[in-house]
Amino acid sequence: MSELSDVVVPGSAQSPRSVAWARRRRAAGEVWAAFRRHRQAMAGLIILLAVTVMALVTPLLADRTGLSAVDSLDNPVWASPSGDFFLGTDNLGRSVAVQFLYGSRTSLLVGVAATMLIVVIGSLVGVIAGFIGGWVDSILMRLSDWFLVIPFLPLAIVLARILGPSIWNIIFVIGVTSWPYVARITRAQVLSLRQRLFVERARALGASRRHIVRQHILPNVAPLILANATLAVPIAILTETTLAFLGLGDSRNPSWGKSLEEAYTAGAITRNAWWYYLPAGIGIIAVVLAFTMCGRALEEILDPRLRERR
Amino acid sequence: MTEAVLELRDLHVTYRAAGVDVPAVRGVDLTIGPRDTLGLAGESGCGKSTIAGAVLRLLPRATRVEGEILLEGQDVLKLRPGKVRAVRWTTAAIVFQGALHSLNPVQRVGDQIAEAIETHARTRSRRTTTARVGELLERVGLPARRRREYPHQLSGGQRQRVLIALALACEPALLIADEPTTALDVMVQAQVLSVLEDLQRDAGLALLFITHDLSVLRSSCRRLAVMYAGRIVEEGPSGAVFDEPRHPYARALASAFPTIGDPASRYRPSGLAGDPPDPTALPTGCPFHPRCPVVVDDVCPSLDVRLRPAGPAREAACVHVGGDDDG
Amino acid sequence: MAEPLLSVRDVHVRFASRRGPVHAVAGVDLDVVPGEVLALVGESGCGKTTLIRSILGLVAPTSGSVTFDGHVVGRGHRRLRRLRRSVQMVFQDPTGALNPRHSLYESVAEGLRIHKVEGDEIGLVHDALSRAGLRPAARYAPRYPHEVSGGQRQRALIAGAMALSPRLLLADEPVASLDASIRGEILALMRGLVDDTGVSIVAVTHDLGLAWNIADRIAVMYLGRIVEIGATEDVIGDPQHPYTRALLSVVPELEAMERQILRGETPDPSRVPSGCRFHPRCPVVASGEAERLGILARCTGEDLALAPVPGAAPPDRVHAHLAACHAVSADATITAGGEGSAGATPG
Repeated sequence: MSELSDVVVPGSAQSPRSVAWARRRRAAGEVWAAFRRHRQAMAGLIILLAVTVMALVTPLLADRTGLSAVDSLDNPVWASPSGDFFLGTDNLGRSVAVQFLYGSRTSLLVGVAATMLIVVIGSLVGVIAGFIGGWVDSILMRLSDWFLVIPFLPLAIVLARILGPSIWNIIFVIGVTSWPYVARITRAQVLSLRQRLFVERARALGASRRHIVRQHILPNVAPLILANATLAVPIAILTETTLAFLGLGDSRNPSWGKSLEEAYTAGAITRNAWWYYLPAGIGIIAVVLAFTMCGRALEEILDPRLRERR
Repeated sequence: MTEAVLELRDLHVTYRAAGVDVPAVRGVDLTIGPRDTLGLAGESGCGKSTIAGAVLRLLPRATRVEGEILLEGQDVLKLRPGKVRAVRWTTAAIVFQGALHSLNPVQRVGDQIAEAIETHARTRSRRTTTARVGELLERVGLPARRRREYPHQLSGGQRQRVLIALALACEPALLIADEPTTALDVMVQAQVLSVLEDLQRDAGLALLFITHDLSVLRSSCRRLAVMYAGRIVEEGPSGAVFDEPRHPYARALASAFPTIGDPASRYRPSGLAGDPPDPTALPTGCPFHPRCPVVVDDVCPSLDVRLRPAGPAREAACVHVGGDDDG
Repeated sequence: MAEPLLSVRDVHVRFASRRGPVHAVAGVDLDVVPGEVLALVGESGCGKTTLIRSILGLVAPTSGSVTFDGHVVGRGHRRLRRLRRSVQMVFQDPTGALNPRHSLYESVAEGLRIHKVEGDEIGLVHDALSRAGLRPAARYAPRYPHEVSGGQRQRALIAGAMALSPRLLLADEPVASLDASIRGEILALMRGLVDDTGVSIVAVTHDLGLAWNIADRIAVMYLGRIVEIGATEDVIGDPQHPYTRALLSVVPELEAMERQILRGETPDPSRVPSGCRFHPRCPVVASGEAERLGILARCTGEDLALAPVPGAAPPDRVHAHLAACHAVSADATITAGGEGSAGATPG
C-alpha cells in the first residue's frame, strides 16, 4: 500500500486534472496487469487479435472475384484441400478459403457493430430508468419486458424479412432485439449505486444530477457495461449466424453463417465434404469463445465483488 | 481444584491471505473457570474475534492454529471433525453480532432453535422440544408464542435474544458473546446485557464476552483482558483494570468512553493517536510503542515485554509495570 | 446572545411506508447559534436523522419551516445549492460515503468543484486534509479509501466538508462505526474545528458520552419530538424527562444511577401512542407515581409540548432547559402544541 504514495505525489506542478489522468492511467495499467495474468483472457485476446488481423488484411490475401460462382467456373467442384485450394472448393467450385476470409469480415463487423448498438441503447435506457425512476422507469422497463418476453428469434426473423437482407439491417435487428439484457443489468447497478452513501454525500454537497451521473454513476457502471459488451458480441455473432443459416443473410456478403447454410443446402454433410462446413464452424466457435473468455475475465477483474470472491 | 471451562495455552493463530502469513493471535494464555465471566477487549484486528473462532474451530481451512485449547479439559485442536461439532454447541456456544445474518430468513425462529436441540440430543420427543423452545425464549425475555415468527418480524434486539436462546439450546458450559450488542441502540443494548447477566447468574454459565467497548465489560464481567496486536497486554479484575489501568493502551481504551458527569472529561474527548498496527509488519519491540504516550525511547523499540505481575491478580505487559514503580 | 444560525420551526416529516404512514418528525422546534455544538440524542427510529436530513433539504418537510442564516430553506435547486455550501454533512459510515474509485484528493475536491470555488484547488484540498489531521497532506491525497484506515476515512470526510468553510456541520453518528480508540481522536478534531473556525455542529448520536465530550447543548428526541433540551450540564446533571433519565441510567459509565431499563422495543413511528407519546414505556406511569401525582389521565390522554423546567434559572431563549413531561410541568404552564420553545419562563 505504502509504495502507492510514491507513484503520484501531487506537487504544485501537477494540476488536479493531470492527477486524475494519472490515476486513470494507473487504474488501466492495473487492469491490464491483471488481464495479463489471466491465462484464459490472454488466450482469448490472442485469438481475437489473430482473427481481426486476418479480417483486416483479407483484401490483400484474396480477390473478391473468388466469391463469385461465375468467376469460378473453371475450378473443380467439391475439391478437397490441396495446394491450389488451401481449403478445397464448394459445389460451385468457389474457394472455401476465400469465403472463410471474407466471412470473418462480415461476422466480426456484425458482432462488433451490433454490440455497440446494444450497449448504447441498453446503457442509456438502464441509466435513465435507474437514475430517474418513477414512471419513466416503469415505461422503459415495461418496454424492455416486452422485448424480453417476445420470442427473440421469430421477431428477428420477421424484422429481417421486412427490412430485407443487408448487413446493416441485420445489425439493426440484433441491436433492437438484444438491448434489454444490458438495460436490465445497468439499471440494477444504477439502482444500487443510487442508494450508496457517496451519492447521498454528493447530493448533500449540492451536486446536480448531471454531476452525480458523470462522477459517480457512470464510472461505476462503465466496467460492468464493458464486460457485458464483450459478452454480447458472441450473442450478436451467433444471431447473425442463425439468421444467415435460415437464409435471411445478406446475399452479397459471405459470412460464416451463410457458409454453413450453403454447405448445408448443398449437401456437404452427406458428401462428407468437411472442408466446406468445418472452417466456418470452427471460426464461429473460436471467436465466440474468445470474446466470452475475455468478457468473463474483464467482469472478474473489474467487478470488485467477484474479485473478492476469488 | 475445579477444572477450567476454557483454557488457552500459548495459542497462536496465523491466517494465510494472498500467500502471506498474517499472525492474528501471537501467544495467548487464558483461563475461564465455571460460572466465571471474562471480558476480552481491543480494537478491530487485535485478534479478539479470532480467539472465539479458534475455540469453536470456525476459522478458514488454511489457518494455522497452534498451542492448546482446552474445553472442559479436552483439547479442541486434537478432536476429530465429528467430535468438534458435538463440542460446538453442547460445551461452548457463540452469539455473534449482526443477528440478521446468523438466522435463516425463511425458517421460523422456533424451528431454528428446535433444530439445534434435536441435532444434539436425538432422544427428545417433539413435544418436549416445543416446550423447551418456549422455555428458552422465555428465559431470554421473549414470549413463547413468538417462536412462530420469522426473523424479519422481530426487531434487532429480539433477534439478538433469539440468537442467545439458540446458543443456550444445548445447555453449554461456556457462552462466547462476540460483540453481541454493538449494532444495538443503548436501551436495547442494556436489555440484552441484562439478559446475559441474568443467564450467567441463574444458569451458571461461563461467559467470554468480546467487544471493543471496555465500559460495557466493566459492569458485566468479573475479569477483563485487553488485547493488542494479537496478545493480551493487560489482565485483571475488571474494576481494577477499568479504573486504574496499568498498560497505556488499556488506559487509552478505558478513557475512550468518558465518565458522563465527570468534569475531567467534559470537552476533553480522549483517544489514541495513530492506527492499529499492520499484523504483517508489526513494530519491533513492544508493538504498541509507536502509539504509546509514555514510550521509553531507548527500551521500548527493542524490548518485547511479556505479561508481568502488576498487583493482586493482575498482569500487564509494559516496561513501566514492575516491582516498585507505578504508572 | 447571537441570533440563531439555524431555526427549525414546527417541522413535520411524514412518509408513506409499507406499514402505513410514518410520522418520522412530529413537530420540532430547534435553534442553533453560531459556534455551538448541539447533540441530538435518541434511539433509532426517533427521527433524529430524518430531522437533520430535512435541514439540508435531502428530505422535504411536510410542513413547518427551516431558516438558515435568515433565509428560509426552499426547494429550488439554486437555493438548495447555496445552502449546501454553507451546511455540510458528515456520515456515520465513512467507508460508504467515499466513492471507492475516487482518491481522497478527489473526494475532498468534489465540493470545491461543485461550488466552483475560486483559488488554488490543490492548496485548498491539502489545507483541508492537514486541518483534519491527515498530515502530510501530500502523502494522503493520492490514496484511495481502501488504502487508509476507518479513522482516516472519517477524517477525509470531515476534510471534504470543511474544505468549503461551512457555517454548520451536520454529523450523523460520526463515531458510531469507529473503534473506541479512534473515537476520541475524531471527537477532539470536531471540537477543535468549532473552537478554531466557529462552525456550529449538530451531531446526531445515541451516545451520551459523545454529548458530554463535545456538546454545549443536548436535545433528547423520542418518537419524532424533542422531549428535553438544554445545556449539557443541565440535562446530564439534572435530567427532567423520565426518558432522559432512563437513557442516562443505562450508560455503562455512570454507576451512580440505579439502572432503569425500559421495557419494550424501540418505538415505531407508524404507531404513535395517544397522550404523551412516551407513556406506554414511562417508568413514572408504570410505578404508579403518575397516579399519585394525579396526572395519569393527562399522561395517557393529553399530548404536550416542551415547557420550561420550573425552578431552573432562566437563561436566554435558546439555552433554556425545557422538557415535555406532565410530571415535570405539573406546576408550569402547559401549552398544548405550538410555541413550546418560545416565551419567557413563568415565575
